[in-house]
Amino acid sequence: MSTATGMKAVPAFQKNGKAKKKMSGAEIFVRALDAEGVEVVFGHPGGAVIKIYDEIARVQPKFTHVLVRHEQGGTHAAEGYAKATGGVGTVLVTSGPGATNCVTGIADAFMDSVPIVVFTGQVPTALIGNDAFQETDIIGVTRSITKHSFQVRRVEDLAPTIKAAYHIARTGRPGPVLVDLPKDILFAEAEFNYPKEVSLRGYTVPTTGDPAKVERAVRMINEAKKPLLYVGGGVINADAAEQLTAFARKTHIPVTTTLHGLGAFPEDDPLSLGMLGMHGTWYANQAVQHCDLILAAGARFDDRVTGKLNAWAPHAQVVHIEIDHSCVSKNVYADCAIVGDVRCVLEQLLPLVEEQETADWLAQIDRWKAECPLRFETADGLLRPQFVIQRLGAKTNGEAVVLTDVGQHQMWAAQYFRFTRPRSHITSGGLGTMGFCLPAAVGAAMGMRGSDLPVISISGDGGFVMNAQELGVAAKHRLPIKVAVMNNNFLGMVRQWQELFHENRFSHTDLTDTNPDFVKLAEAFHCVGLRTNDPNEVDALLEEAWRVTDRPVLMEFQVPQEEMVFPMVPAGAATGDMITQRY
Amino acid sequence: MSTDTLTPQQIVRRKAAGEPLHPDEPESTRRHVITVLLENSVGALNRVTNLFSARSFNLESVSVGETDDATISRMTLVTRGNHRMLAQVVRQLNRLVDTILVEDLPPEESVERELCLLKVPYTSANRAELMDVAEVFRAKVVDITPDTMTFEATGPAKKINAFIGLMRPHGIAEVARSGRVALRRTLAYGD
Ligand SMILES: Cc1cc2nc3c(=O)[nH]c(=O)nc-3n(C[C@H](O)[C@H](O)[C@H](O)COP(=O)(O)OP(=O)(O)OC[C@H]3O[C@@H](n4cnc5c(N)ncnc54)[C@H](O)[C@@H]3O)c2cc1C
Ligand SMILES: Cc1ncc(C[n+]2csc(CCOP(=O)(O)OP(=O)(O)O)c2C)c(N)n1
Repeated sequence: MSTATGMKAVPAFQKNGKAKKKMSGAEIFVRALDAEGVEVVFGHPGGAVIKIYDEIARVQPKFTHVLVRHEQGGTHAAEGYAKATGGVGTVLVTSGPGATNCVTGIADAFMDSVPIVVFTGQVPTALIGNDAFQETDIIGVTRSITKHSFQVRRVEDLAPTIKAAYHIARTGRPGPVLVDLPKDILFAEAEFNYPKEVSLRGYTVPTTGDPAKVERAVRMINEAKKPLLYVGGGVINADAAEQLTAFARKTHIPVTTTLHGLGAFPEDDPLSLGMLGMHGTWYANQAVQHCDLILAAGARFDDRVTGKLNAWAPHAQVVHIEIDHSCVSKNVYADCAIVGDVRCVLEQLLPLVEEQETADWLAQIDRWKAECPLRFETADGLLRPQFVIQRLGAKTNGEAVVLTDVGQHQMWAAQYFRFTRPRSHITSGGLGTMGFCLPAAVGAAMGMRGSDLPVISISGDGGFVMNAQELGVAAKHRLPIKVAVMNNNFLGMVRQWQELFHENRFSHTDLTDTNPDFVKLAEAFHCVGLRTNDPNEVDALLEEAWRVTDRPVLMEFQVPQEEMVFPMVPAGAATGDMITQRY
Repeated sequence: MSTDTLTPQQIVRRKAAGEPLHPDEPESTRRHVITVLLENSVGALNRVTNLFSARSFNLESVSVGETDDATISRMTLVTRGNHRMLAQVVRQLNRLVDTILVEDLPPEESVERELCLLKVPYTSANRAELMDVAEVFRAKVVDITPDTMTFEATGPAKKINAFIGLMRPHGIAEVARSGRVALRRTLAYGD
């Protein structure tokens, strides 16, 4: 419930000394978003924000408003927009149910460090606390899943609060910021001054790292024989893929990325080991278990990466480049922690590091790559999701923005697509939110208008249905999203665990009877629907889909329910103990 | 896992976290006083206390009050944990936008006090004894009725515990403790 203290509003006079005209809070809001450079707002109206919607109609702002069909979709769309463009996503919803529908998306953005600002309507100040109609203490509800939140208590604070909200969401470790707008504030009048700067005394943004630590890291790199770069989403957030790639190539240090780090280093480079962790490559995890130095860059040692913590990377010293001090030594002790922005720190490191003698180590890794590559069955003529992913990769030559939902298809996309550019892979990793993908693809596609890169959304049949309503929104905005649904008629990832760890008791994971006809569903939402169950038809189907340029195409791939994601570190097991195939 | 199966690097990590090397070794936890300067608002206060429950940090005592600057309040938190936990508490607190300064106060370098109000029934038979105890603890009588007395005592938490302990046989009616407040000592003559 704080206001943006510490910010000085610019005096309310124009150059000629005359006082500016006053306007409503709602108009200030609209003009502030324009002043902030917001391009797209994902929103849904309701009583508490009706005045803002009125001003949107009246003022005709520069930003585009996208009417989503569910507020959760709005938050994921804002995330997709933010991740694809590097900007901040914006959401506008009404009080009560509008606000609570955003909770999952806010939690998702918090876990994955995605910069979004969520504006929620609120009942008038005088009614707050009285269980008024559509009142929810959304600040309280979202306290532990927001980077920060504000409730605007005076119309004069509105513009500076908006400025502060975008600043906090965007800088440092990005994250969701919520701004609660009581209805009376939107009707009250004030002059509009959008501050140029923000100063928050409790908030500093790390940039360069401590030079002594940087030198220490250089010494550790020089001493290591088997170094490994462990790269995460922070590198993409910092727009540091170029520096990271230069660093790896200069030092000949092999690179493995997390799910969120995919695209930070080109996977067609021989130094690439692909993804590590639970469903990472066997050889990346072997490298982790045998390396003597881990250089972690913008990665947070998540338990899906480390498995059993005590057994992870048992021989490695750790250098951790991280912007959020609280992530340092949280899970794995950092022998050398460099707190700073990973791009700045890599720029500090680059001139100091020398070429390293890693030929033996790279040869060992190549042997591991040959010993247990990623593989799947191709001989039996069945259509496998891994194959579809490979064909999508071939179709686009990796030049695409690929969004995935949560489940088996997500892991196959991570394993088989071959990501070569930053911001080409967007998914829900930390919260693992089914239903993320389609709305996030809408957001990404809104952000990518004018670009040639196709936006590909890949979901399972389970997660797709969770936010399928956003198909209509994509159609309305003529977004040519390629929507792949890997239909195994099952909650596949849960089925896999049931088969592996629960003696084939497929309790409530069969979707056959509740799945829609996906092609008809697409058509009902004014999209094109296609389907196949034959590997020989996939390329032709993609051809056909790519010919559609004025609306989404849903491509249903009917795939076998028995397929499993391998390799796999079972939950709680050590990274060295991977299952590489069905027993 | 015993020490002989741990790699040297695993031993380094355990020691750094304050985790035991052997399963039968107790974990070394310490009590820490942390003081936080933060924006003086209900929201800021909520965020700090919420952090402790959301992150499952131990919270033994918390107190908060304004500083000489009315826009800033000072919170004193007492928590317990191993090195890793305590570092987490401080860093997570620092991460909050509303916190301006977070300091982990080593006991030897800080002064720590608590205030206690204690109401106890009395009769002519035990009145003198109560006053004797109060005298030893330099507690003051701040309220008196024909059959109850309320004492005010301040001091380190241990002293307050002892005071309450000695009053207990007399049948304490009510106790209110402020929670601890603490400041770093200024080393006027260097160290
Ligand atoms: C079904 C399923 C399976 C999964 N399996 C795997 C798996 O096998 N392997 C895997 O890797 N993940 C897997 N995940 C994802 C996993 O849960 C985590 O979300 C992911 O590993 C975290 O990625 P990250 O470490 O890159 O951190 P992110 O969540 O991307 O966080 C970024 C980190 O970088 C820091 N940072 C941000 N900006 C900067 C900056 N400018 N400078 C420096 N640092 C910065 C942040 O503070 C943070 O610590 C899976 C998820 C699901 C749902
Ligand atoms: C909102 C939500 N509910 C439940 C889960 C647990 N969960 C994880 S994966 C999964 C199955 C996903 O099935 P589907 O979308 O069909 O994808 P598949 O695994 O078959 O590729 C479930 C239920 C989740 N991650 N998110």
